[in-house]
Amino acid sequence: MTEDRKKASEEQLAYAGVLNIGMWIGLALLVITFILYISGVLPSYVPIEKLSEIPQGSNVPYWGMRAHEFNQAFNVPTGWGWTSLVAKGDYLNFVGIAMLGGLSILCYLVILPILIRKKDTAYVVIAIFEVLVLALAASGILKAGGH
Amino acid sequence: MFNSKKLSTVLIIILSLSILFLGIYAFASEGQEAAREAAKEIVPGSTTPWWVWPLVLFVVTFVLGILAVLGGVGGGVLFVPIVGGFFPFNIDFVRGAGLLVALAGALAAGPGLLKRNLASLRLAIPVALIASAAAIVGAMIGLALKPNVVNILLGATILFIVLIMAIAKKSDFPKVPHPDKLSQALEITGIYREESLGKDVEWNVHRTPQGLALFIIIGVMAGMFGLGAGWANVPVLNLLMGAPLKISVATSKFLLSITDTSAAWVYLNQGAVLPMIVVPSIVGIMLGSMVGVKILVKAKPKAIKWMVIVLLLFAGTRALLKGLEIWK
Repeated sequence: MTEDRKKASEEQLAYAGVLNIGMWIGLALLVITFILYISGVLPSYVPIEKLSEIPQGSNVPYWGMRAHEFNQAFNVPTGWGWTSLVAKGDYLNFVGIAMLGGLSILCYLVILPILIRKKDTAYVVIAIFEVLVLALAASGILKAGGH
Repeated sequence: MFNSKKLSTVLIIILSLSILFLGIYAFASEGQEAAREAAKEIVPGSTTPWWVWPLVLFVVTFVLGILAVLGGVGGGVLFVPIVGGFFPFNIDFVRGAGLLVALAGALAAGPGLLKRNLASLRLAIPVALIASAAAIVGAMIGLALKPNVVNILLGATILFIVLIMAIAKKSDFPKVPHPDKLSQALEITGIYREESLGKDVEWNVHRTPQGLALFIIIGVMAGMFGLGAGWANVPVLNLLMGAPLKISVATSKFLLSITDTSAAWVYLNQGAVLPMIVVPSIVGIMLGSMVGVKILVKAKPKAIKWMVIVLLLFAGTRALLKGLEIWK
């Protein structure tokens, strides 16, 4: 029994396995897509050189603007709207970012069957709620106020 | 020891609540004019060619990655005040990038910590549910606040973190005479191999309801400021709940991969993520951390810890003065 408790549990190892593979794929995607972006292989939706430019009537460059002002200035879609711009160099980077963001949801979905099989009811319930919380955050339904 | 534990816990609660209430108050009283005020900020050097800032960002985050490992802090807590204070990027994008920097670091460390049974999934899962839900609320509050209010609150938080780093004691093996009913019901317990002692250490936790309640505040602050929350996770897991220091540090690091995910999605969905800031920062911090681990063998941790404290003191003061429009 003590020997068993010294080792990581089955669900812990399963979680670690998925996290490990997903993390490397996500980071690799992030670096590759960024190289494509700054090299100009793919056209950018917001031209790179514009980011540091100060627009007329403002004291700050575009990347010094608040997020919602920046989005208005370039007509950038919020939520999952970026997927429609994925052919553009800048928004292609969001694939890697979204992959890293979605990894925890995937890990929970992987350990859920193990927890169910072990009849670990409390953790099954908590894990389901966690998936729902992360899915809600990822859904884009939630909007911050002030603009 | 008991007094310092109690003192740091009470301090965490009082200051966190003050900041939280101030933030909510400001959130409620501000509103539409936020955008106008933001445009009044004057940022030095904003006419510099676009490639200079990402390059400088990469170099700075590389150094921050080294310092973070040597100083025993997460990259996010150094990243947000320093990049927010000294780069021409809006604090919205800096916080979005800060969350992704902390997230990437946590995702990279997570698998190894879980496999070695140092990070405990049983301890992390209930805590993560509370903290990640609270981080969504924090992110929404943070994105609705005026930039100068964010800077004031961020500065106050960073100065508070400096205080915690300077005075909080850590306990390698806290005594847990009676695990509470909740931790027993959830079977939050474990055994790990402590190599420095050459023996197995069995651990339990207590004061679980109080710990979970504190993670509401920690989650809100993580989401609001885009900071990794290791500075708060570790004292709560270690000093309040009684998990051994190694288990606390490892579980805290893994926990960030879940807490920061929920807040990062809110920033991403609100368009507060710029790849030009995010990617050089993640790569810089990760490469710096790798170099930091190698330097750690020869470095004097105490001297570096104080160097990080001074750096945070400077960055926190800068954020505070920037928010108060005393040092633009």
